[in-house]
Amino acid sequence: MDFTVNSTESGAPNKDLLQPELFPGELVVALAGNPNTGKSTIFNALTGLRQHTGNWPGKTVSGARGRYMHRQKNFLLVDLPGTYSLLANSAEEEIARDFICFSRPAVTVVVTDATCLERNLNLVLQVLEITGQVVVCVNLMDEARRKKIHLDLPALSQLLGVPVVGTNARDGQGLSELKEAVYRVAFNLESLHPARVKYGPGLEQAAAELAAGFGASLKEQVNQRWLALRLLEGDSTILSSLQRHLGLPHPQIEALLELSSKVRQKGGSTFQDAVVSALVDRAEKIASRVVRLENMEQNRLDRKIDNVVTSRKWGFPIMLALLGLVFWITISGANYPSELLSAAFHFSEEKLTALFVRAGSPDWLHGALVSGLYKTLTWVIAVMLPPMAIFFPLFTLLEDLGYLPRVAFNLDNSFKKARAHGKQALTMCMGFGCNAAGVISCRIIDSPRERLIATITNNFVPCNGRFPLLIALSTIFIGKAAGALASLAAAGALLGSIMISFFITLLVSRVLSATALKGLPSSFTLELPPYRMPRVGRVLMRSIMDRTLFVLGRAVTVAAPAGLVIWFMANVTVDGASLLKHGAAFLEPLARLMGLDGFILMAFILGFPANELVIPILIMSYLSTGSMLELESLEDLRQLFLANGWTWLTAVCTMLFALNHFPCGTTLLTIRQETNSFKMTFLSFLVPTLTGIIICIIIAGTARLLGLA
Amino acid sequence: MKYLAKIDAKGLVKMHELLISLNRLAPGSMAKVVQLSAEGPTRRRLLDLGLVAGTLVESLRKSPSGDPTAYQIRGAVIALRSEEAAKILVEPAY
Repeated sequence: MDFTVNSTESGAPNKDLLQPELFPGELVVALAGNPNTGKSTIFNALTGLRQHTGNWPGKTVSGARGRYMHRQKNFLLVDLPGTYSLLANSAEEEIARDFICFSRPAVTVVVTDATCLERNLNLVLQVLEITGQVVVCVNLMDEARRKKIHLDLPALSQLLGVPVVGTNARDGQGLSELKEAVYRVAFNLESLHPARVKYGPGLEQAAAELAAGFGASLKEQVNQRWLALRLLEGDSTILSSLQRHLGLPHPQIEALLELSSKVRQKGGSTFQDAVVSALVDRAEKIASRVVRLENMEQNRLDRKIDNVVTSRKWGFPIMLALLGLVFWITISGANYPSELLSAAFHFSEEKLTALFVRAGSPDWLHGALVSGLYKTLTWVIAVMLPPMAIFFPLFTLLEDLGYLPRVAFNLDNSFKKARAHGKQALTMCMGFGCNAAGVISCRIIDSPRERLIATITNNFVPCNGRFPLLIALSTIFIGKAAGALASLAAAGALLGSIMISFFITLLVSRVLSATALKGLPSSFTLELPPYRMPRVGRVLMRSIMDRTLFVLGRAVTVAAPAGLVIWFMANVTVDGASLLKHGAAFLEPLARLMGLDGFILMAFILGFPANELVIPILIMSYLSTGSMLELESLEDLRQLFLANGWTWLTAVCTMLFALNHFPCGTTLLTIRQETNSFKMTFLSFLVPTLTGIIICIIIAGTARLLGLA
Repeated sequence: MKYLAKIDAKGLVKMHELLISLNRLAPGSMAKVVQLSAEGPTRRRLLDLGLVAGTLVESLRKSPSGDPTAYQIRGAVIALRSEEAAKILVEPAY
C-alpha cells in the first residue's frame, strides 16, 4: 500500500530513472539489494522520505529518489528495484543492471540481509564485477543476533575488497557509519580491491578473446570483461541496452553479436551454468568464512509457525479467522469514535449556520457551502476515519510480521488453476488499501500475461474507499438483523464479501486466460521471508500517518468539490425535478432489474472520481431538501434507506455492485500508465462492470422468483 | 525414476543411485541437486536461487492444497510449483 509522496512518482515509467536530474556537485548513490532486505527502510532513514516498507519481497517496484547531506556534500540516493541477480531475468533486474552499468553512480550500496548472507552475496559479487565503487551494507543485524548468527564483518570486507557496514536500519543503527563509508568511497579515500570471481580457464579465455574484439569506444565506457561474460552467457538484453544507453550504432551491435556467437560456439550453452555456479560457489566459500551459526536450527521457530499457519488443517481456517478478526475489531471499535466525531461536526455545523445567518448570507450560499460541501466532507471523515485508523494498523501489523507471503503460498494452487500467478494474492492485498496501488504492485509479476490478468482483476478487491459502504451496509442491514451479535454478523458479512470477491477474481482470471489473455501459467517462485517482530509503535505511526491520513486527505479533496457539484445537481431543477432525479429516472429500469434503484446506480456513476462518495451522494439524492438530514448515527441512515424502499435485497445488491463495478478514475489512469494500452484499460473498465451487472441481475431475479423479496 | 551409474574418485562404479525430480521428494527429507532440465528463463531463475549442482535442498512442506511446496534452499525458504520442481533432478540424501 504505497500511499506515500513517492507513490505518484513510482507510477511513472522508468525511462527517466537512468538520467536523474542533479544539483551541481551532487553525487549519485545507487541502492541495490535483494528484495526484502530492508532496502526501503534504509532509503527512508537516509533521506527522511517515506517509501512503503513491509515484510514481503517486491514492495519497492520502482526507483524512488531522495537526497541527503553528509560532510557538506550532497548525495542523491536512488532506490533500485530489489533483485536477486543482475543477469536480467526480469524488467526489474534489467533496470538495476542498466543503472549500475550505464549511469555510473559514484557509489553503489548493496544492502544484504544478515540472516541470509550467503544468498545475498550472489548479487554483491555480480555488482563487484561491474564496478568497484561499492559499499556493502549488512542490514538486520539485530535479527541475526536474535537467531544467534555471528558475522565477521571485517573478514567480509577483506574478502570482498570493499567497505562493509553493519546496520539496523529500523532503529537507525549504523547509518552514520554507512554514510561515512559511502562518502569515503565516493571521494576515493578508501583503497578498493574488489573481489572478482574466477570462472575457470575455458570461460576466462573465451571472455578475453571476445573482449579483444571490442571497439575502442566501447572499451572506455563499460567493463569489458563483464560485457564479454554477459555476451557469452547469451544475454540478449545487454545488446539493446548498449544501443539505448551508449548509442552504439547498429553495425557495431551486429558485429558484437556475430563475434560473440562465434566464441560461444566453442563453449556451447554451458557458459551460463558455469557463470552461475562459479558465483554460487564463491558466495558459499565467503559465507563459510564469515558466518558462524551458534544454533544450527536457526529457523526453528519460523518453521514451527509455518507448520501451523500453512498446514493442510489450519492454513485456511487461520487465514479466514485472521481476516475476520481484523474486520470485527475494525467494526466494533469504530462505532463509538464515529458517533463522537459526528456529534462534534454537527455541533460546529450549527455554529456555522448561525454565523451565516448573522452575516445575512443568501440561502443558496449557505446551502452550497454548509449543506453541500461541509456536510459531505464531515460525513466522509466521521464515517471513514475511525475504521481506517483501526484497519490499516492491523493490516500493517500482519504485513510487517511477514504473514502476507504465507497467504500467497496457501492460495497459489487456486491461482494456478485459474492460470494466474500466485503473487496475484499479494497484489490483491495491496488492493485492499487502494486499487491504484494494487495495480502498480502488479509489477512484481514477471510474466506479462499474468501481470495483465492481475491488473484487470485487481478492482474486484474492495479498496478502503469501498470499505465504509460495505461496513455501513453490513452493520445496518445484516448486523441489525442479528441483534446482540451485531458486530460479529457484520464482520461475517464483510468476510463473505471478501470471499465472493476472491472467487470472482479467480473465475474472471480463468475466463481471461481462455479468451483475451490466452496462455498457460509461467514459472513461479515465491520467497517466504523469515518472520520479523513488528515494531508496534512504528507500525501505528506509519500506518496512521502514511496510509490513513493520505487516503483521508485524498477522499476529502475529492469529496469537497464533489459535495458542491452534487448539491447543485440536487437543487437545480429542470421541468419540476432536480437534475439528479432526471438521471435516476433514466437509470431506473436497469437499476430495478439489478435489484437497485435509479439513485443508487446514479450514485455509483457520480462516484467515479472516488468510491468514497457513493454513500454521501446517495444520501443527498434521497433527501428531497437536496442536502443531508441530521444523520448522527448509522440507525438514522437505516431509517432513511428503509423510507426509500430498501429491503435486504437492495442492500445485498448494492454491496455486490460495490464489489463489482468499474474502477475509480485514479485506478483507470494508473492502469493506462502501467499497461500503456487503451484496449487493456477499456477491458479493465468493462470486465468488472459487466460482471457486476450480471451478478446483480441474477441475484435479484432469483430472489424475486423465489418470492424472497 | 532414473538410475545412474557413476564412477567415483577411486574409479569404483557406484550403481543404482536413485535420482528423482525434486517434486517427488517427500516433505521433511533432504536431497542434493544433480542437474536442471529447465531451459531459458526458468533455468535462469532456478540457478539464481542457488540451485546449482551439489546444492542441498530440504523439502519443508506442501501448501494446504498440495501445491506449491516450500523448500529450504541455501538459507532461504522458497516455494516452487510442482512444474518447476519437476525440472530439478536430485539425489535424495539418507
